[in-house]
Amino acid sequence: MNAIQRLGRIGIDFCGHLGVSGLFLCRAVFCRPKLRQAWPLFSYQLYKIGILSLIIILLSALFIGMVVALQGYNTLRKFGAEQELGQLVALSVVRELGPVVAALLFAGRAGSALTAELGLMRATQQIGGMEMMAVDPMWRIVAPRLWAGFIALPILAILFNVVAIMGGHFVGVDWLGVDDGAFWSNMQEAVGFREDIVNGIIKSVVFGFITTWVAVYQGFYSEPNAAGISKATTRTVVFSSLLVLALDFVLTSLMMGGW
Amino acid sequence: MRSKVIEILAGLFMIIGFLALLFLAFKVSGLTRLEQGATYRVTADFEDIGSLKVRAPVQVSGVTVGRVTDIDLDPDTFRARVTMQIDSQYNDLPVDTSASIFTQGILGSNYVALTPGFESEHLRAGSHIETTHSALILENLIGQLLFSLKSDKNKPAGSAAHQQPAPNPA
Amino acid sequence: MNSIVKIQQLCFSVSGRPIFKGIDLEVPYNKIVAIMGPSGTGKTTLLNLIGGRLKPDSGSVFVHNQNVHALSRKELYQLRRRIGVLFQEGALFTDLNVFENVAFPLREHTHLPEDMIQDLVRMQLHAVGLRGAANLKIDELSGGMARRVAMARATVLGPELMLYDEPFTGQDPISRGVLVKLIKELNDALGLTSVLVSHDVPETSLIADYIYILAGGKIIGAGTPQQLLNTDAAQVKQFIHGLPDGPVAFHYPANDYREDLKL
Repeated sequence: MNAIQRLGRIGIDFCGHLGVSGLFLCRAVFCRPKLRQAWPLFSYQLYKIGILSLIIILLSALFIGMVVALQGYNTLRKFGAEQELGQLVALSVVRELGPVVAALLFAGRAGSALTAELGLMRATQQIGGMEMMAVDPMWRIVAPRLWAGFIALPILAILFNVVAIMGGHFVGVDWLGVDDGAFWSNMQEAVGFREDIVNGIIKSVVFGFITTWVAVYQGFYSEPNAAGISKATTRTVVFSSLLVLALDFVLTSLMMGGW
Repeated sequence: MRSKVIEILAGLFMIIGFLALLFLAFKVSGLTRLEQGATYRVTADFEDIGSLKVRAPVQVSGVTVGRVTDIDLDPDTFRARVTMQIDSQYNDLPVDTSASIFTQGILGSNYVALTPGFESEHLRAGSHIETTHSALILENLIGQLLFSLKSDKNKPAGSAAHQQPAPNPA
Repeated sequence: MNSIVKIQQLCFSVSGRPIFKGIDLEVPYNKIVAIMGPSGTGKTTLLNLIGGRLKPDSGSVFVHNQNVHALSRKELYQLRRRIGVLFQEGALFTDLNVFENVAFPLREHTHLPEDMIQDLVRMQLHAVGLRGAANLKIDELSGGMARRVAMARATVLGPELMLYDEPFTGQDPISRGVLVKLIKELNDALGLTSVLVSHDVPETSLIADYIYILAGGKIIGAGTPQQLLNTDAAQVKQFIHGLPDGPVAFHYPANDYREDLKL
């Protein structure tokens, strides 16, 4: 009986958390900010979340692009199809690797930083203090971070795509001897703007939404002590990553079904 | 922390993202093709369109001049009505141009090939292409082949030379 | 009612555990009232209930004759502008420097021109003795300095009620002296009413006009510092004089000593 009770309790708690996080999201997205002050807050968060993540995103993109080109070349050579390397790299990156890997890295770096920062503000009573000073922390602290995350990840994913393809180009053309013209022209034939690139961007928008929402929610509602913050940070990374991968499957099957 | 530098960097970040998007659009997916620009509508009826799909290319001598936009069934003749949008810059196709459905490569997807005719009048918006050649359906080919093989076998050996069945229309 | 804060029959529990079992409390205008008691009795929770951040299970809290928990969100925010709170950790915003922290309420709630904000902030910092520290970052401040900045920030809008959450805890004697002086002076100079939550008996007795002692979810003693120092009520006496043994026993409940040692 005890195990079933516990399972039931887990289920009920989960629904409760989901409800709280949903309401939290609505309050944060639909709050009325003071526009004059909202822009500097937002751009500062965009800087912290987006620009400071650039290094890890771009370096990872470079390595991934190069590895895909390397592995792809080896396989394509068996069919005498090395000239299709550009197409292979571009499609793999733009459809899947770009949005997904960028989202996972984002969740690990920016998501965990967001959670830790908000958790720390909660622990040092900065959030409570702000509420007591009659300033709604929703628009001042939460909303700028949410919007910065929504916008930063698609941009990071696009940059990831570009750098990965350039990395693939470097390995394929400069190193393995694939023809430069064939690389780009086969790629352009195979990659459709609406079907592949726009779909990839749609994916990264959805991922940005999910990872930022999870990160900000976990931080805002974390227990106000050191152990609570570390638990919340771990939860952010785990939940975001799993959600990104699950949603990737859902989105891919929707998109492959014919848009 | 309301530094101007940070705001400028954030703005730059968004601009660089947008530029990267343009790069992806033009260099990676070759967007400069047909998506926009004026087009005119042309229709053609086929016995069998095979696996032709909407957005398949329409080509003249291998150069893409348009896209298939709609595939319908004519309620009176029960033939497939294919609607195409042809790029306006190719506005001198003769009215007796014929349309055929071919396959890209050996195992590729179907596309519409236009073979220009000889008339002086040109196709315009709303024109209808009269001469069409349907797609090659594998089952029909096999059926015809089997039929011709069977009738070969049934004929006596001597008269095989006189009774070669005519080549089947494509 | 001539009390700025009036609490009636307040009951509050967290996860089934009762924190307050029916408390009555009054804070008269322009007085310094202290709420004291052992750690963990929910003194901070009481401040949160007064500020409307928590809802009681039953009973009511009246501030300025308004029932705090019956107010709409907007009205609650209006009320909060008239209350200043000093948190235990200072709760200064770590991404702003000292000056910006003190200026924060002015920028948020008023439309004063920038030079006026500059003057007001400097005056506030001068009152707490930190005018020269205006450009320091928050993590460069010592604990005592942080609390003083927090006081400057909390009083900059000219509130009528100040809530202090354990202001003396963890401070060295000099800081304590400074804070005691500031709390008393600000209260008198600005015509404030102050509610002090603490368990530092010596400092609090210096400035409080009236003290409530909270233990086990109830008020076990109330009076002026003088009255409480001379009381005979056992629990109150143990707390005020810091006696190691009394109603709050020294030994945690255990078996017989000889049995445990197996003699």
